[in-house]
Amino acid sequence: MAQPAKPQDRVNDFVIKFANVNGTGSASANALLMKSIFRMGVPVMGKNYFPSNIQGLPTWYEIRVTKDGYVARSGRVDLMVAMNVETYHKDVREVSPGGFLIYDSTWPRSTVLRREDIVILGVPFAKLCNENFIGVRNRILMKNVMYAGVLAALLEIDLEVIRQLLTESYAKKPALVDANMKAVQLGYDYARAHLPCPLPLRVERMDSTRGHIMIDGNTAAGLGAVYAGATVGPWYPITPSTSLMDAFKGFCQKLRVDPETGMNNYAVIQAEDELSAIGMVLGANWNGARAFTATSGPGISLMSEFIGLAYYAEVPAVIFDVQRVGPSTGMPTRTQQCDLMLCAYASHGDTKHVLLFPSDPEECFHMTVQAFDLAERLQTPVFVMSDLDIGMNDWMCPDLKWDDGYRPDRGKMLSKEEIEALPKFHRYLDTDDDAIPYRTLPGVSPKGAYFTRGSGHNQYGAYTEDSTEYQFVLDRLVRKFHRAGTLVPRPVIEGSGDRAVALVAVGSSHGAVHEAMDILARLGIGVDYMRIRAFPFGKEVVAFLESHHRVFVVEQNRDAQLRSLLTLETPVEKSKLRSILHYSGLPMTSKEIVEAVLAELGDAQRKAALG
Amino acid sequence: MSFINKPKVRHPDLPTNELGLTRRDYEGAMSTLCAGCGHDSVTSAIIEAIWGLSMRPEQLVKLSGIGCSSKTTAYFASGAHGFNGVHGRMPSVATGANAANKDLYYIGVSGDGDSLSIGFGQFAHSIRRNVNMLYVCENNGVYGLTKGQFSASADIGTKSKKGEENLQSPVDPCLAALSLGGTFIARSFSGDKEQLVPLIQAGLMHKGFAMIDIISPCVTFNDHAGSTKSYTFAREHYHEAVHADYVPPRQEIKASYAEGETLPVQMHDGSQIVLRKLDQDYDPTHRGKAFEYLRTKLRQGEHVTGLIFVSSSGPDMHEMARTTDVPLNQVPYEKLHPGSAGLAKILKRYA
Repeated sequence: MAQPAKPQDRVNDFVIKFANVNGTGSASANALLMKSIFRMGVPVMGKNYFPSNIQGLPTWYEIRVTKDGYVARSGRVDLMVAMNVETYHKDVREVSPGGFLIYDSTWPRSTVLRREDIVILGVPFAKLCNENFIGVRNRILMKNVMYAGVLAALLEIDLEVIRQLLTESYAKKPALVDANMKAVQLGYDYARAHLPCPLPLRVERMDSTRGHIMIDGNTAAGLGAVYAGATVGPWYPITPSTSLMDAFKGFCQKLRVDPETGMNNYAVIQAEDELSAIGMVLGANWNGARAFTATSGPGISLMSEFIGLAYYAEVPAVIFDVQRVGPSTGMPTRTQQCDLMLCAYASHGDTKHVLLFPSDPEECFHMTVQAFDLAERLQTPVFVMSDLDIGMNDWMCPDLKWDDGYRPDRGKMLSKEEIEALPKFHRYLDTDDDAIPYRTLPGVSPKGAYFTRGSGHNQYGAYTEDSTEYQFVLDRLVRKFHRAGTLVPRPVIEGSGDRAVALVAVGSSHGAVHEAMDILARLGIGVDYMRIRAFPFGKEVVAFLESHHRVFVVEQNRDAQLRSLLTLETPVEKSKLRSILHYSGLPMTSKEIVEAVLAELGDAQRKAALG
Repeated sequence: MSFINKPKVRHPDLPTNELGLTRRDYEGAMSTLCAGCGHDSVTSAIIEAIWGLSMRPEQLVKLSGIGCSSKTTAYFASGAHGFNGVHGRMPSVATGANAANKDLYYIGVSGDGDSLSIGFGQFAHSIRRNVNMLYVCENNGVYGLTKGQFSASADIGTKSKKGEENLQSPVDPCLAALSLGGTFIARSFSGDKEQLVPLIQAGLMHKGFAMIDIISPCVTFNDHAGSTKSYTFAREHYHEAVHADYVPPRQEIKASYAEGETLPVQMHDGSQIVLRKLDQDYDPTHRGKAFEYLRTKLRQGEHVTGLIFVSSSGPDMHEMARTTDVPLNQVPYEKLHPGSAGLAKILKRYA
């Protein structure tokens, strides 16, 4: 065997990738390892690349140990835990030169597992499991827990931290703590006896995760819906949004059962399809409850007819689009930002919608609350544009904070007294000259009654086919949309404002952009950055675009949808906007952004930048 | 929906209900349907029914989809909120509205096109959920607004105005509702107000999903010879098997019934439906027998009307979801979240 490249010492800065078979319990083992590192005070990033399948197909998990707290993929793999024979050929190629690969050496090493520039380490997982555990299923599960022990030895992860986490996970089944710990210890001891422990890749205690949590965006959004006071959650299961309504329901089961009566202060309704789910959302919001649904691209396609009705009849609604790869069924378990255009103009006729772009779980929590306030303030559907990466992966983010002074903004909703004080109520009259009319709820007063319809109506709420009356309402709606631009979250702008290169991004691309900025800065290239947080864009977005000559729009879709929206909805000169596009279905890496920027800068600038 | 305003002239001697309101107080906009349309008779029966129940107009919520039938909701109870949704999707809007406020009365008006084709899924699933509402299906066998295509309720052999014969088997909303677990299933005829009014009242007061399939002839596109949904055909072939009288709570049963032929059904709010069987072989409280009876009669060319099936037991949507007695749109915000202290506790799991 030739000498592998001498690995660099990489303390708290490396990537582990796990190649598993889905349905074998690997997810819990991987989560256990990530959480252990997090508990040791070291920032981590975790990404799950799983198949649209229940059992038997390849699945990967990536943990980036990142002392600098980066939240994007780095594109490297320093240690591959290759537990799936079917994908050996692929997995071995992916290891970065100087890296390591661990495989199950119960059987002779596959001829596929051969590379001169990496270190390949064998552990007889199956043999150890067969000798120590009873039952087929148990042996499969424990194999995964065992590699956690091997890694603990190789990377110097504290066994006590692992034990503590197992104790917390299995608080109700203490016997499982011992069984799992036995597997961890077996792996640990084997590695200590037979492998070069520790590796140059090591975990060293830090103090950088205090005041932080590891949470996925769907859970944070579900919690946000609880705090927003949502009571009705109609939905239809679809990956990757399912866990959002599951989280909402889970929190409600703990927090929303009346202690006196044992009855529920919420209703989660599993609908027969997305068409019905959004219909229920509209019915409930129209009737004064805060209601929302969670779906993904295919669901938005189905909901579009109702979304147009909500826009035109001015019914509030909150819709989560946890985006996945399209078109059509696409790749349901892979991530993209590919529904921007779909949601911005969902439904036939002239429609435009408010979109919010959370970039991490913390923002999922807060933007959920904002979405409900905006939907009721503006009486229109509001989309929270999350994606699979944010929604389903655990992200390290600051502890969520809640302001106890918060009260829901129910918008212009008239009380019984207010209705009865009016000479006459007209649903769509712009009384305050701010393009937002007043609404009334059923059951309050016969004087407030009106007929909600998707057919042509005038400002008094009556049916019309009169051109002038129809246009009058439609023109107010566009004024209302402009007004939305003053109420939605403003962009976050970083940098001095006068740099030659500007980056623009939304949502989960943020992590990669942020890291790319650091890399470019080290190369001497200063970058200004604007993270857009909402559509309509508002004047800050326009000002930023106007003040920069070369603007890179970073996004995760093929057709440059964010760039299209910017050119359609701002006066920016189209040629100024260059695209950096990523649409592989995996989360974006900083590398792609750095390379694209350098390529664009041209040789001279590049050389100058690189010194 | 009218271009003409209704004259607001009121006869001084109009009878009033318990709230002191007259039938005129339960009217809506002027109908724009064709003269003689069955749907207008249904509207008038609804007005009679809700007036008779002494319901405050704002306690009622009117919902509809798209089509001639769905315009009906504009023609009664102008003091009630109305929601004219999208084609075939009224049940979902009604379900959401009902989820938000269980204290109001929900009436959905749909048609055979809206309910049995584009909206068949939502129709079926609102029955499964047992949403507490009255669902009126104004059934005329054709698409009127698009000029006379067959709908899914068109019988085999029925002829269109242009002479085309329907060969596909019909969807019978009553048989469908029976098989889906519907708890209140009735059929009536728009021309039979005496039968219809108590059915509407009982349906509104029934806790759960009440469906009334109302044969409501289309005078313009489906009232000719050869049609099985014409006025003439309905009068000849639709026969009442069981008559239902609605008796409000705390009211004595006044009508005199011959012994052995009536069957009182107790409702959750203390009201009663008194069923008068016109065919002694029929049992409207037995789902399987009701199904068989309808099928047998159909084979004989007879269409059964009346309260076909009723069951006052079985949980409605809110009971299944165990929602609180306070309508969800009125639960105080403070009760809906545990504040910053609670959040800190929740987050421990994620640290």
